[in-house]
Amino acid sequence: MLSLYLPGASPVHRAPAGLKLAVLAALGVGLFLVSRVEVVAGALAAVLAVGLAVARLPGRALWAQVRPVWIWLAALFVVHLLVTGPLPGAVAVLRLLTLVLAAAVVTATTRVTALVAVVEWLVQPLRLVGVRPARVGLVVAMTLRFIPLLAERAARIREAQTARGAERVRLGLLVPLVISVLQLAHTLSEALDARGADDTPARPLRRAAGSVGPA
Amino acid sequence: MKTRDLAYVALFAAIVAVLGLLPPVPVPGIPVPITAQTLGVMLAGSVLGARRGALALLVFLAVVAVGAPVLSGGRGGLGVFVGPTAGFLYSWPVAAFVIGWLTQLSWRRFNLAWALVANLVGGVVVIYAIGIPFTSLYADVPLWTSFTGSLAFIPGDVVKAVAASVVAVAVHRAYPVIELPTRRATAG
Amino acid sequence: MRWGRRAAATAPAETLPRTAVELRDVTHAYGDRTVLSSISLTLTEPRVGVIGGNGSGKSTFARLLNGLVLPSSGTVLVDGLDTRSRAREVRRRVGFVFQDPDAQIVHPTVAEDLAFGPTNQGVAPAEIDRRVDDVLVRYGLDGHRDHPAHLLSGGQKQLLAIAGVLVMRPERIVFDEPTTLLDLANTRRVARVIDELEQDVVVVTHHLDLLAGFDRVLVFEDGRVAADGSPAETVPWYVARIS
Ligand SMILES: Nc1ncnc2c1ncn2[C@@H]1O[C@H](COP(=O)(O)OP(=O)(O)OP(=O)(O)O)[C@@H](O)[C@H]1O
Ligand SMILES: [Mg+2]
Repeated sequence: MLSLYLPGASPVHRAPAGLKLAVLAALGVGLFLVSRVEVVAGALAAVLAVGLAVARLPGRALWAQVRPVWIWLAALFVVHLLVTGPLPGAVAVLRLLTLVLAAAVVTATTRVTALVAVVEWLVQPLRLVGVRPARVGLVVAMTLRFIPLLAERAARIREAQTARGAERVRLGLLVPLVISVLQLAHTLSEALDARGADDTPARPLRRAAGSVGPA
Repeated sequence: MKTRDLAYVALFAAIVAVLGLLPPVPVPGIPVPITAQTLGVMLAGSVLGARRGALALLVFLAVVAVGAPVLSGGRGGLGVFVGPTAGFLYSWPVAAFVIGWLTQLSWRRFNLAWALVANLVGGVVVIYAIGIPFTSLYADVPLWTSFTGSLAFIPGDVVKAVAASVVAVAVHRAYPVIELPTRRATAG
Repeated sequence: MRWGRRAAATAPAETLPRTAVELRDVTHAYGDRTVLSSISLTLTEPRVGVIGGNGSGKSTFARLLNGLVLPSSGTVLVDGLDTRSRAREVRRRVGFVFQDPDAQIVHPTVAEDLAFGPTNQGVAPAEIDRRVDDVLVRYGLDGHRDHPAHLLSGGQKQLLAIAGVLVMRPERIVFDEPTTLLDLANTRRVARVIDELEQDVVVVTHHLDLLAGFDRVLVFEDGRVAADGSPAETVPWYVARIS
């Protein structure tokens, strides 16, 4: 599926999604409370050990998440060199690198369904303002379901326009795409109604990810 | 929310994702290639209105968070929320809300000019007003450095605001989705 | 024939009651455009077909049967329940399968999508699992449990859409052109699946051969029922009329 999840059976994979997210959040706060380079470097080493040795993720997968921010980190270091000095620069860069890698480890070892369940759990307090957590989970799931479909439709519209001789199609692509999406939304909402999406005003939390069956 | 609104929100979140999958386009005279993703932010706001537009972007961010690699360049996962440019991501639901709000304000006389105002204010000013200070606080660099670092992207964003406005006007003519609370006097 | 195959996992106690759908002087308009005018009829037959030209009102009629569309005037009753005031109960009894399976699959993977309807109905998780297993086997989707739905073939998607309605255990299922987007082999397959359903069905279609063996066929023309009878009477009449 459209996901950065890499299946595995390591303790990191099996740890509850909520726990992993809590650790990630704690790390995010904690790293900004310390400014000693050896502590931050130690955290980075620990994250790498968990990701590569314990969870046995391919280095490639982690690098893929670091690569887009790599240039940025280098630029950040240069700015710090000029403004504050090499040590604060190293701390700032290592901090960000650690966080990005830790987040990549959580993402790669946790099923989408488990993370969606955590999202539903996180929005529980919003019940007070009328948000229904199960519906939040449903909308996230629907988005994941429709991304490949819309990508395909976009490709088909582009083909149709190229077939009719259109050269520059980018803007012309958008109007039919958006209108076809609005029409799709109409049928989709009918299908949701027909399948009882409106039936139960408040539902208990969706079934845990595991009950649908392992990959 | 009606199920229809759930469908709109999910499908526009998906549109933002699909626009992120398009490869960046180099435009002559503009220093960095344009990615289409913030075009999705503008479309969500100006087609769906404030509330549903903002929700579509929140859902999009949730989809990124649960590990779908749908940010331009194939990024995704939780890392992007702790990265240096995360402020730009956080600004998107706000931007969609502001665009939608301005669109609703001008709904009765909605045309290209109003669409441009909405998309430039919400889709450019708001995004930079949140993204730039975030980067500078987060990475501990001066605001000015962060600002000049972002300048290169502004021409591309203006191009996108124009594109989004043209599309929004065309879509509103063909298939208006925003409904104002006050009823029209006559039907059809 | 209809009773051809029964799922092993289905509890024998659950024999399905027949559903009666009654339309009383139903008129429907979109805006000021009337698309169905004063239709009165009662559907009790297990197999009902609906045919007619594009825009003749078939889909609108089909949507009236489970309350997806409410009549502008007149009443639609499902087992005596008014679709206007008892929409939820009506939708539990009458399931709906759309033409485009892509618009009705809402979850990313097959098993999750199948669980959607019964979860909404508040069915217990263990029972949902049982029903899902049952339809997966029945429709040869067994190996696709955790597959992304968008990678299924068109025929498989339509089977998934039908299965997604079946797991909700409706008494009657309305199909709006279920085979229009399918190739010949998949059209036959879906036709067989519909044929083997123990539920009552209403099938809107342009594939006239789907209607062989049906109990009753309605022919729509400009928002009215122009003919109503056995397929042997109505289908040749319809074919003669358009040629
Ligand atoms: N949501 C809607 N809003 C306005 N008009 C509609 C709507 N749905 C259908 N119509 C119009 O109502 C008429 C009947 O449509 P309907 O979909 O019931 O026909 P149909 O017999 O199913 O046609 P087809 O064979 O093409 O599916 C058509 O003229 C159509 O344009
Ligand atoms: Mg139709």
